[in-house]
Formats: sequence, structure tokens, C-alpha cells
Amino acid sequence: MTATVTAGPPVTTEAWRGFAGSHWRDQIDVRDFIQASYTPYEGDSAFLAGPTERTLAVWGKVAALFPEERRRGILEVDTGLPSTITSHRPGYIDRERELIVGLQTDAPLRRAIMPNGGLRMVENGLKAYGYKPDPFVTRVFGSYRKTHNDGVFDAYTPEMRAARKAGVITGLPDAYGRGRIIGDYRRVALYGTDRLIEAKRAERARLDTRPSSPDVIRDREELAEQIRALGELARMAASYGCDVSRPAATAREAVQWLYLGFLAAVKEQNGAAMSLGRTSTFLDVYLQRDLDEGTIDEVRAQELIDDFVIKLRIVRFLRTPEYDALFSGDPTWVTESIGGIGTDGRPLVTRTSFRFLQTLYNLGPAPEPNLTVLWSPRLPEGFKRFCAQVSIDTSAIQYESDELMRPRTGDDTAIACCVSAMAVGRQMQFFGARVNLAKALLYAINGGRDEMTGEQIAPEAPALTREYLDYEQLRAAYDHMLDWLATTYVNALNVIHYMHDKYAYERIEMALHDHPVHRFMACGIAGLSVAADSLSAVKHARVRVVRDATGLAVDYEVEGEYPAYGNNDDRADAIAADLVESFMAKVRRHPTYRNAEHTQSVLTITSNVVYGKHTGNTPDGRRAGQPFAPGANPMNGRDRHGVAASALSVAKLPYEQARDGISLTTTITPEALGHDPAERAAHLAGILDAYMASGGFHMNVNVLDRATLEDAMEHPEKYPELTVRVSGYAVNFVRLTREQQLDVISRTFHGSL
Amino acid sequence: MNTTVEPVTGRIHSWDLSTGVDGPGTRFVLFLSGCPLRCLYCANPDTWHMRVGKQTCVDEVMTEIEKYRIFITTAGGGVTLTGGEALLQPAFTAAIFRRCKELGLHTALDTSGFLGARASDELLADTDLVLLDIKSFDVRTYRKLTGGDLAPTLSFATRLDRLGVPVWIRYVLVPGWTDDPAAVDGLGAFLAGLGNVDRVDVLPFHKLGAHKYEALGIPFPLRDTPTPDPELTERVREQFREHGLRAL
Repeated sequence: MTATVTAGPPVTTEAWRGFAGSHWRDQIDVRDFIQASYTPYEGDSAFLAGPTERTLAVWGKVAALFPEERRRGILEVDTGLPSTITSHRPGYIDRERELIVGLQTDAPLRRAIMPNGGLRMVENGLKAYGYKPDPFVTRVFGSYRKTHNDGVFDAYTPEMRAARKAGVITGLPDAYGRGRIIGDYRRVALYGTDRLIEAKRAERARLDTRPSSPDVIRDREELAEQIRALGELARMAASYGCDVSRPAATAREAVQWLYLGFLAAVKEQNGAAMSLGRTSTFLDVYLQRDLDEGTIDEVRAQELIDDFVIKLRIVRFLRTPEYDALFSGDPTWVTESIGGIGTDGRPLVTRTSFRFLQTLYNLGPAPEPNLTVLWSPRLPEGFKRFCAQVSIDTSAIQYESDELMRPRTGDDTAIACCVSAMAVGRQMQFFGARVNLAKALLYAINGGRDEMTGEQIAPEAPALTREYLDYEQLRAAYDHMLDWLATTYVNALNVIHYMHDKYAYERIEMALHDHPVHRFMACGIAGLSVAADSLSAVKHARVRVVRDATGLAVDYEVEGEYPAYGNNDDRADAIAADLVESFMAKVRRHPTYRNAEHTQSVLTITSNVVYGKHTGNTPDGRRAGQPFAPGANPMNGRDRHGVAASALSVAKLPYEQARDGISLTTTITPEALGHDPAERAAHLAGILDAYMASGGFHMNVNVLDRATLEDAMEHPEKYPELTVRVSGYAVNFVRLTREQQLDVISRTFHGSL
Repeated sequence: MNTTVEPVTGRIHSWDLSTGVDGPGTRFVLFLSGCPLRCLYCANPDTWHMRVGKQTCVDEVMTEIEKYRIFITTAGGGVTLTGGEALLQPAFTAAIFRRCKELGLHTALDTSGFLGARASDELLADTDLVLLDIKSFDVRTYRKLTGGDLAPTLSFATRLDRLGVPVWIRYVLVPGWTDDPAAVDGLGAFLAGLGNVDRVDVLPFHKLGAHKYEALGIPFPLRDTPTPDPELTERVREQFREHGLRAL
């Protein structure tokens, strides 16, 4: 049996029975629906149900495929059929027992190819895993259909290419899907696609009287594509026996419809992050209605969420091993944002907020979906304690400050990828990866030459030639270098997003946004702590330069002590905060594609290891090749006063100048949180309250001891589920490269003496 | 008439923020320099001598604490003075606690009790919690383990009870040294007779401070002593529980 759907014409009155409020009935407005209809829950976790035999059987079937997938890198790939919303026949894990259906291809973990982003990425991905690229696909995307990747390289300047190659601008989404766009998948459940198409037609009609300027023409074409994609979603859903043209009428349908909307997106886009949004409290309205009507019980309610999460856990994309090495394992960033407080002061916590977290017990810990709690000291105690307990038991949750986001993006904000706040369905971003601030500092010293290769990358400028670095002189040269970097960077991003819209437009995701949409240009910086500490060393100690025969500065000797970022010491922390502010100001000077609003993040994900590898010795004493600290973290081992001092340094970075998020990853040993589980949960909740009250934005919480990680390196087979949070998302520890594993282990363990 | 008050000064080793190990919640922990005891298992031999510490004053300490005030109060914590031995510098300790109480911060004194007589009633009135390390209940073992006498610690415990200052007992469990059932039992009976003991933390001996001995070029006496296995730790906790104590 497929998911059962009652036949018959869509009847809104039936689907919306019992719901309150009115505005959302006339306008597409999911937030208004939630506010009118949801039931806050202020109790504890005692009501939750464990996994049923059915759930374990379905999960067991896919879990049994994981070892083989891990061994081979990928389990299977369909090489011949480029994926679209409707390209593949229905696929099932266990057709008899699944409650929520739908797979990206016709079999679980069988990956699809999506060449619109770039043919080379597809071909390299296939070759790396021993598959031959399909000649038909190569012919179509090599001869007839241009890709995003081709477009970008037609328009890059030589300078952009050089900066990219040298690694001073990194991770650009120029060969693959940019991602980080959250469709409001809830709309599919609440309204059905017929109504959504109707609304999109109205949006398009409003453009009819506008002159056909390039912008208006593009908008009309995009809206036409959005409408087409909604039709394809309905057809794909019908192939699973689901009529999503009408609104969902039950909880099971609501989960199913919402998932099918998301599924359409991951069938067509292999975006770097394919985040889900903020669905738990929306779904709770449906679950609560069915519970009240007596058609389901708690066990069934949990089963529906468990089944949904199983599907989210097996989203897969074909990527190259290099990509996986950069980002650790096989990430998809299916981020679900949970909790938070409404603008009216009511917590947006419901029983289903608990049910989502409960999947980490029912199905065991896992990195995906990327469960993200929007934290506020005002959250109900019962929820806080449960979050903390789940963190301690699984290390699989990240926390972001609801207090910082709500005033800016509202109380229907969800996180895209790791730390990027978006008003769901109203805002989207152009993902911009990041620049390497540490390398740029070395360029400033070397007059634009690369410290590893000696090549001239930035425009030639006078190199600093004194024996000891002079702070004022270095600041001036660095400022000049960052001007160049910001110019090159924003202009490269404009090229990328122009081409992505043109050749790999996210039709279904954008169909689930309002028109016009608010766009962000999401820039980013890496190596912040290295750059800040280097400047602090030059300012507060003495740094002697070691130059090679060609005059290239290749090493530094620090004489004396300097205050390091991460100790709640303003002498160093102010330098870091100033770098964030000044780079943001430089970025803002450059016009963006489609007038996107400039933002930036301080986030590296796990690429801090690779950036470090490509950056020479730095004036803070860091050796060439040594990993950077992840995100906004202080450098490993330089934060000497424990987790709170380190967190407070990070909290000083101004969120207003880094609206795309500031990431902090902490690792605490269980003993460092207290003696028994209840005490530990209370203490962890207290730390989160305190961090957010101090202006902190994001905290990844790992509760682990070093011995466990070391044992997992030696005996990976014993720890298939060991999950570690790294800079904005979670990974399977055993899927990290050895270098990344060592990086995680060497990272400051707060709690050891 | 002008009176100038000499600023109260002291010597400190370092400070740290910790959670769950030095009193309730997340705390600002100040390590004072100098200790009259030489416990064989000491994890902080670098705090033994006053002379290696940094000279500072109460204002300077309070400036640092102030930076964490929101954090530690929101996180349900406070300030802990430890060392070394905080009561080796009783005026300094008292002055810091006075200032902490003026700020409404929770205060905890981590001490062996060996110098308990130096703590004034005013200091103890400003102390919300004493973390009292009782190293052994056997007089001879105590002397061998610490180089000092047990009696001052016990009389300090009794005094704290009389003054109504809450106490958490810290008992480091070292195999072959402090695991003797009779001694544990004796301590349990003594503590059960006090009315102010909120809990007894049985802390398994560890060797995480061994590298400090190496760095200081002094031998670590318990280098070859094993750490206690979980069964032994649980047995000792159970012994305390039999006396109606809350052992963790």
C-alpha cells in the first residue's frame, strides 16, 4: 500500500476544520495560520512515545544499507537519468510499512545526477566512485545545454580565477548547486498546489502592465517556471498516490504533503544546504487536531514524525570526494528549526518540538536532519531541560539565539544551512562561501604575493620590509588588501548568482516563496581568530619576520606574550570585532546582483582544516598547514579560561555586522557539567541561557570525552552513530577524514584540567 | 580627617570558569597561591608556593569577576575561591567575598579546613557554601597523605555546623589510601552528626595533574597508584548513603 489518500474533490472546509484565524485563509500566510491555531506546550518530556516495531523495521531496512554505503562512498547512482521533479518512478523503503512515502530516485540511497549545476562535478563524482559517465548525458550537457558552471567561467575575470585558485576566496558555489534556499514546504500541506498555483498566477499577472525591462522579463519567466514546477510536484505526488493539489486533511497527509514539497526540491537541486525550515509547530497543529478527534494516539503521532525523519536522514547527493573532504562526510544540511518565542510572548514550543528531538532516541543519533533549537532564556523549563538532556546524550543539537533573530527576521525564522536566519517563504539568500582573512593578512605583508607559491595574486603593493612588523603599518596594508578582497569577492559572487539563476534556477523552492522575495548576499569570513591573534601579537608582543631569498615573508618569530582572542580580554577581542565590522563595511560598498542585501557569516563548517592547509605560517605563531579554528572559535588551546570565557569573547562579535551568523563550537566533557544527569542538564541549560543573555548567537554543543573519540578513530566499526557537532552542523565522526578527526580531538576540550 | 584604606592585596595563581565541579552552576574560580599541606595526590602542585603567584588586589579581581557577572548569575553559578589554600590569605578572601555579596553573587570557599581557625565569623557570614575537603578520617593516614593534622578540619566542620554554613564534603578516593571501609564509615558517622552537610562528592583520584609535576621537576608520589574502578567508587558512595548522606 502507498500512503492512503481519500479520493474525492478537495474540500477546503473539510481540510481546515477546527482551525482558527482568518487572514491565512485569504492570503498565503503560514505564520498567521500557526499563530492562530497552535497549542503551546509548557510541560516536560514524560508524554513521549518510544519507537514502534514498525518504525524500527523501516529504519532497520535503510540502516542495513549504511555499512556498504560507507565502505564504497556511495551505494548506487543512476548515471543515465538527470534528475527532475518527475524524472524517477516512485521508490520505497518498505512499501507495506512506510507511513510517509517518497524517495529521490526509485530506490533508497540510490543517488541521482543533477548536471544543471555543472557537468564536470557530475562526471568527476561518477569517476571517483568507479562509474562511467553516461554518453547521452555528456552529449546533452556538453553540447546542447549549457550549465551554471560553464556560465560562471565565461564571466569570471582572471583576477577572480587567481583568487579562487590561491584559496584566498574559497568554496564558491560555481560548480554545484548553491543551496541555502528554504522553500516554505508547509504551504503545500496547508493550501495544496492548486491554490498555490492560483496565487502565483496572480503574482505574475501583476507584472503584465509593467514595461518589459530585463528585470521584469526575468521575473515573469521565473514565475512561469515556478507554476510549472508546482504542477510537476502534483504529478510526482500523484505517482505516490497522493493528491497534493488539495490541502492536507489529516496529520498524516500534512506530514506527507510537506515532505513531498521538500522531496521535489531535493530531486531537482543538489544545493550545498537543503534546509527544511521550521515545520514542527506547524505540523503540531495537525497532529493535535487528530489527537483531539481521537483518530490517532501519541504512539502514532510519534511514528509519523519518526517516519518523516527517516526520509530526511537519507537525502543524498552525488558529490566528489574532494567536496566531502572539505565538508566532512556527506552533508545535506537538512536543517529544521525548533522552538523559539513568538512576538506575542508565547513560546513556539509544542509537543511536536519534543517529538522531533525524540527521534534522536527512537532512531539513534544522526547528523541529519540538522536539528536546531532557537534558544531563549524565556523558553519553558521542561523544554530547556529536554534539549540539554538530548545534547548530553547525543551531541546532535545546535542552538541559535531566538532573542537576536526575532527582532530582525520575525518569529517565523528558520535557519538555512548552519547559522543563516531567514523569514520562511519571504527571504532567501545567495550563498557566498567565504574569504580567508588569515591569508589576506599574509598578502598584506607580502605585497599581494602568495606566501606558499610566491605568485602575485592581488595587485602588486609595497611589501612590508622591516625586520619587525609594525602594527600601524600592517593595519594600513591589511586594510588596503581587504579592500581589494571585498571588491573581487562581491563581484565574483554577482557572476555566480547571475549564472545560477540563469542555468540552475530553484523553481520549486522559489515557488514556495512570496514574490517579490527579499534577497541576501551572504558573504563570509574564515580565519578570524588567526587574523585577530596575529594582529594582537604584532600589537602587544614583537613579531620578527623571516624572509626567503626572494624577500617573501615565510615565517614569524613571536617575542613575548600577547593576549589571545578567546579569553574575554578586550585587548584581543576588540581586534576580532573590528575585523568583522570593517570587512562588512567593505563588502557593503559594492552593488550586488538583484540588489541583494549584504550580509556575512563567521562560519567555516569543517573547511577550517583545508583553509589551514593552504595557508602559510602566520604571525600569531600558527604553523603553515595547521588548521584554523572553526567558525568564530578561538584558536585551539589559546582559550585558557574555560568555555564561558571563550564563549564571551565570541559573543562580542557584533551580530548586526554578521547577520548571516556567527558560529561557535564547544566541546565539554560530561564530568565538566556535573555529577549526575539531572545536574548536567540543568547546568547545560544554564550555560545556554547565560551565553544567549550575553549576546551570543550560536553554540554547537558536544558533550564527549577525548577517550571516546580516540577509541572511535581506532575502532570505527564500534561507533557507527557517533555524532559530533562541527561549526553549524553535525557529522558522523567515523566519516571524517583522519585530519579532521585529529582536528576535532585537538580542539579545546573544556573540562580537562 | 582623611583615612586612607590600604587596598587588600593577595597572591593568585590563576582563574578559570568551570561548571559543575567547584560548586553549583557555572562559576568564576579563583586559584589562590600557597598551601600549607602537601597532599600526595595534589592535582595543582603549581599552586603550593605563594612566591610563584601573581600579586594582585581585590579591585583587580573584582574587575575580572564583573566581566562574568551576567553569565554566572544567569547560569545559576557564582564565585569559588580555591587554591592552593584560600585561608592562607584570609583577609584577601574575606574582602573578595564581601564584595561578591555586595554584588549579590553566590560565594563558595573550597578549603581543606586545616586553617579553618583563620576564617573570621564575618568571612563565614559572607560564605554561602563551603566545599570542605576531608582527605581521610584516619589520623595517621591523614598525616601521611597531607603532612598535616586532621583535628583542625574536624573542628572547622563542627564550627560551620554551629554557624549554619552549608557544606559539600569532597572526598578524594585513592585506592590503598582512602578506601579503607572502616575509615569511610567513621567519616560517614561523623558527617551524619552534622546538620549542614548537603552532599558528599566522592571524587575518584585521577592523574591529570601528573604533567605539572614533570614540568616542576618534582616526583609525583602517586604516579603508580591506580585510579579507582567504578565498583569501588560506588561502594564508597553507598557507604556514605547508609549514613543518610547524599553521596554523588
